[in-house]
Amino acid sequence: MADQPLWEVFVRARRGLSHVHVGSLHAADAEHALRNARDLYTRRQEGVSVWVVPAASISASAPEDKDAFFDPAEDKVYRHPTFYPVPEGVEHL
Amino acid sequence: MSGRENGSVSAERDTALAAYTLRLGDDALVASHRLAELAARGPQLEEDVALANISLDLLGQARSLLTYAGSLEERLTGVLRTEDDLAYLRDEDQFANCRLVELPNTDFAYTVARQLLFSAYQFELYTALAGSADETLAGIAGKAVKEVAYHRDHASGWTVRLGDGTEESSERMAAALEAAWPYTAELFTSDAVFRSVAASGLGADPPDLRPAWDVFVDGVLAEAGLARPEVPPITGPAGMGGRQGVHTEAFGYLLAEMQHLHRSHPGAAW
Repeated sequence: MADQPLWEVFVRARRGLSHVHVGSLHAADAEHALRNARDLYTRRQEGVSVWVVPAASISASAPEDKDAFFDPAEDKVYRHPTFYPVPEGVEHL
Repeated sequence: MSGRENGSVSAERDTALAAYTLRLGDDALVASHRLAELAARGPQLEEDVALANISLDLLGQARSLLTYAGSLEERLTGVLRTEDDLAYLRDEDQFANCRLVELPNTDFAYTVARQLLFSAYQFELYTALAGSADETLAGIAGKAVKEVAYHRDHASGWTVRLGDGTEESSERMAAALEAAWPYTAELFTSDAVFRSVAASGLGADPPDLRPAWDVFVDGVLAEAGLARPEVPPITGPAGMGGRQGVHTEAFGYLLAEMQHLHRSHPGAAW
């Protein structure tokens, strides 16, 4: 079963939060991947919803592009939402 | 009716309930152990964890059921046997589990076949027991039925995947089903204990669980492209089986491994 494709797993911890990448696994197809994800990544009540995505479908930025991609944002403080007060009681911000 | 008659009726009912609960507990314990044997030996890492999860679900059920069986027994005998006493300090002929659960993990298809047939049975059983007049049994069953629904789904998925897979996987799945099938008749065989708990609304009479089990298993086999095995039941001497303490040859080896630590180091703890 080593030749089974790789899948990336995303779990939503609870309603109102978004799915977060938690890891990867091998599975023959999407149905199998969902079940494996349930068994591997939600056994300690980590989630209420699971997504699986074929790892091959993910396009990732290349490590060598890091400087061009990310460094220019370093000195643009005005892009951060820090110039207005956050109302009290707002969670998950 | 005199008080004495009331007392004897209730003692008979309690005796049957204790024996019944022990049977359910032994089924779950032995099924759990067979799966635990595969920990770190699964066909792939993902499946290894899946089987361990199912094993632990069953162990949880076994603990609740054996603890309850021990307390019911104590009411009758005045002597308490804990879950550990029942799991580790009984000999082979004192176990009342069905023989299906003790069948060895000959290959992965055998594990899948055993899990399919057993979890489909447990699903119908716990569904019925969730409405038991006994609150403790109803509570245990109500929680366990959700676990078993997944066990059944997991085994069904593999049965279809292997049955409808390659020529070799299909042959192996068919062989495994044929090897396990003769032990399914025992799941649905009634006796005085089963009839007593069913009559008092505490438990389920096994033959009543069969129609729904048949429908489910036939559905999975059809989807997997597998034929329902045409093999006769295997019974022990005088028609006896696991419920009467007559087990398969493999069971002694299972107990030896399961009980060895506790018997060598009584009271050992982490």
